[in-house]
Amino acid sequence: MSSSTSQATDDSTGQSALQTTENRHSEGGSHILNTWNADENSFQESFFQIAARGVHKKYHKGANEIPVLQGVDIEIREGEFLAIVGQSGCGKSTLLHLMGTLDRPDAGEIYLADNRIDNLPASARDRLRNETFGLIFQFYHLLPELNALGNVLLPLMIRHGFFGYLRNRRDFRKRAKALLDKVRLSHRLRHKPRELSGGEMQRTAIARALINQPRVLLADEPTGNLDRVAGQEIIEILRNLNASENLTIVMVTHDEKIAQQADRTVRLVEGRIE
Amino acid sequence: MYKLILCWRYLQTRYIALASVISVTLGVATLIVVNSVMSGFTHEMQHRIHGILSDLVFDGHGLEGFSDSRWHMDRIRKIAGDDIEAMTPTVHVPAMLNYRVGQRWVHRQVNFIGIDAKTYAQVSDCSNYLQHPENRMEPSFQLREGGYDLHDRELGDESPYRHGMEMAGWPHRRRLATEEKAWLAAQKKNRPKLTIPERVGRSDPFSGIDTPLRAAESEAGVEQRWGPLSKSQVFDKATQQETGVIIGYALAQVLGHEGDHYFLVLPGDDVKLTFPTAGTPPKAVSGSFTVVDFYQSKMSEYDSAFVFAPIKKLQEMRGMIDPTTGIANVNSIQIKLREGADLEAVRDKLRAAFPPEIYAISTWRDKQGPLLAAVQMETAILNILLFLIIAVAGFGILAIFFMIVVEKTKDIGILKSLGASGAGVMAIFLSYGLLLGSVGSGAGLILGLLFVRHIDSVRKGVEWLSGQPVFDPSIYYFQQIPTLVDPRMIVWVIAGAMAIAVIASVLPALRAARLHPVEALRYE
Ligand SMILES: Nc1ncnc2c1ncn2[C@@H]1O[C@H](COP(=O)(O)OP(=O)(O)O)[C@@H](O)[C@H]1O
Ligand SMILES: [Mg+2]
Repeated sequence: MSSSTSQATDDSTGQSALQTTENRHSEGGSHILNTWNADENSFQESFFQIAARGVHKKYHKGANEIPVLQGVDIEIREGEFLAIVGQSGCGKSTLLHLMGTLDRPDAGEIYLADNRIDNLPASARDRLRNETFGLIFQFYHLLPELNALGNVLLPLMIRHGFFGYLRNRRDFRKRAKALLDKVRLSHRLRHKPRELSGGEMQRTAIARALINQPRVLLADEPTGNLDRVAGQEIIEILRNLNASENLTIVMVTHDEKIAQQADRTVRLVEGRIE
Repeated sequence: MYKLILCWRYLQTRYIALASVISVTLGVATLIVVNSVMSGFTHEMQHRIHGILSDLVFDGHGLEGFSDSRWHMDRIRKIAGDDIEAMTPTVHVPAMLNYRVGQRWVHRQVNFIGIDAKTYAQVSDCSNYLQHPENRMEPSFQLREGGYDLHDRELGDESPYRHGMEMAGWPHRRRLATEEKAWLAAQKKNRPKLTIPERVGRSDPFSGIDTPLRAAESEAGVEQRWGPLSKSQVFDKATQQETGVIIGYALAQVLGHEGDHYFLVLPGDDVKLTFPTAGTPPKAVSGSFTVVDFYQSKMSEYDSAFVFAPIKKLQEMRGMIDPTTGIANVNSIQIKLREGADLEAVRDKLRAAFPPEIYAISTWRDKQGPLLAAVQMETAILNILLFLIIAVAGFGILAIFFMIVVEKTKDIGILKSLGASGAGVMAIFLSYGLLLGSVGSGAGLILGLLFVRHIDSVRKGVEWLSGQPVFDPSIYYFQQIPTLVDPRMIVWVIAGAMAIAVIASVLPALRAARLHPVEALRYE
């Protein structure tokens, strides 16, 4: 799948997605989704931005099989801020990785809008991760060799070739600085990750996730390693992004209090969504 | 872009990788130095060998040689006329050089060569190697009045002093003659009747000559032993010379304990040469000759074996001249080709025209084949050994890269989670290897070239440190260690080192490219 076709789908669904945002806190919204869920493929219109259908995933530990996901069905609408909660080790990260095309399910499908993405070739999945998804991790996962600005610019460097990057590097730097400004880190541009606090690192990671203007933000316990204040700050940023830019956010957490601040919360129990 | 940046950052932060590069640097530097010195030696040696040997040698098998050199030369000219610049006939014969040192006779096995001084100088640079400036201009078998080189011409005044050379030539000969006369007079006074020692067997011309000085022999005795004197019936040693010979420097020279050169024989001394005649079976003939100059090509093989004499004299003494026709035999014809002629092609043309059972035709390279091949083989083996050093460095790079890949597992996961492709990740490590290779071989190149450039200062430094001469010019005959930097060799060495560095980084890079992003991210 090329990004241009996915962009086109995005545009066509934009109008309807906007309409649904009005009442996405209401019971009706989730009811629509549920009925849609029960009656597969009956709706042509994409109410959802990303969806998992009957996803199974197990790990092999020697001879043992560890079944982690056992038929996960989930749909996330465009502009929704969804929290997935579950106990530690229940497979939340695994699910998020599957949605972010970092891994492939053993069975089941993952859709982005109308397009199945779990069976795409590696190059297309690389591209999706670069352009369509923004990923945030519990342990920030910044490159220690690069400073904050460099880390934020990294997805742009990956996306554009050597000359493409060089040609536009002024623009790109401006964009990265603006994003870092937005997460209130303009005073830390030249700091290496080890010179930053946990909250600052996570904010850098958010800026990095946003630099390619993704359609979906996938956050794996973004506050898991932070104290309450810094964690709250991160959640505020995510809520702001969701509200002001209508960014679809899927956040995984084991913390009920954090999860409550999302639009909608689903539970992952024993490999299924409850 | 990120590839370059990360690659550069890794280079800056992983000094251990730079350590692995040091062996690449050293390997490249040694390769360059060794190759430069070896090709310097080879070049110098080839130059010298070629200075002695003519381009093509046309040999007849056996001591008898072949008849009528003029007819042969005409024929050769007809076959390869365009390529031929000059030709000269020579007579080669194994011989025994005999000269007297104090009370003892010294015998040396030599290669006695009869040449035509004028035309021989046209086919080879041998006259450059003579020790009298005028002989270098125009070689001659006439003894000079003096003025022989007191130091090596190429090495200058720094080189060992040649004791006795200041007297060499006619002054030396006149002194000898006076001494002999004085001795004879003293003998006459002491013992009214001079007894010449009994000759024991005629076949051995030197047996019984055991008197303290050669002067013990009366002129009559000389005549009896060495045949009728050619120039005058009364041979006056002070004013007359025997037929001139030019002998190899190493045949006459000995080293003094402080490194100066002394001579067992000087220009002006008489020596005796014994060699086989051309008949069947060959008989030994002996003749007395006067040394007129030394020949020093600095190829010890030649300097300790060659003795040159006029070809006519040799032909006469060996009985190579047909008494009825007056046509003389020769052993070989030396041919010089014009600049740029294809040696091998001309050789093959001549080989096709002259039957191989009678003639052996070879280029100077063929003649020195074993020596040059030995040097070449040595160079090849050294190259292999040194490349093994770089290969070992390659394994170092391999190990360190694997370490870095393991250490960077998480970063690789991050890059992949941000959309970097396997190829992109692989490129980081490949270019890292390339970068290390180029840094290493670049440093090695600079180091090697500096070493080659200042090799004599290095030598002096080592000599000063160790107190031992490392490179004695009087042994190697070179004032400086000869070096020749061949750009092609440099390109090969650098390319080889780079290739090894890149090949060594392929496996770790592949491993990095294959890393599963999720597992890499979970890696702690
Ligand atoms: N590579 C793996 N090999 C074996 N087991 C794994 C592997 N990765 C994850 N697991 C197991 O899968 C389960 C789910 O992991 P994860 O998705 O990280 O849970 P969560 O994020 O909800 O804490 C855990 O029990 C974990 O031990
Ligand atoms: Mg987890």
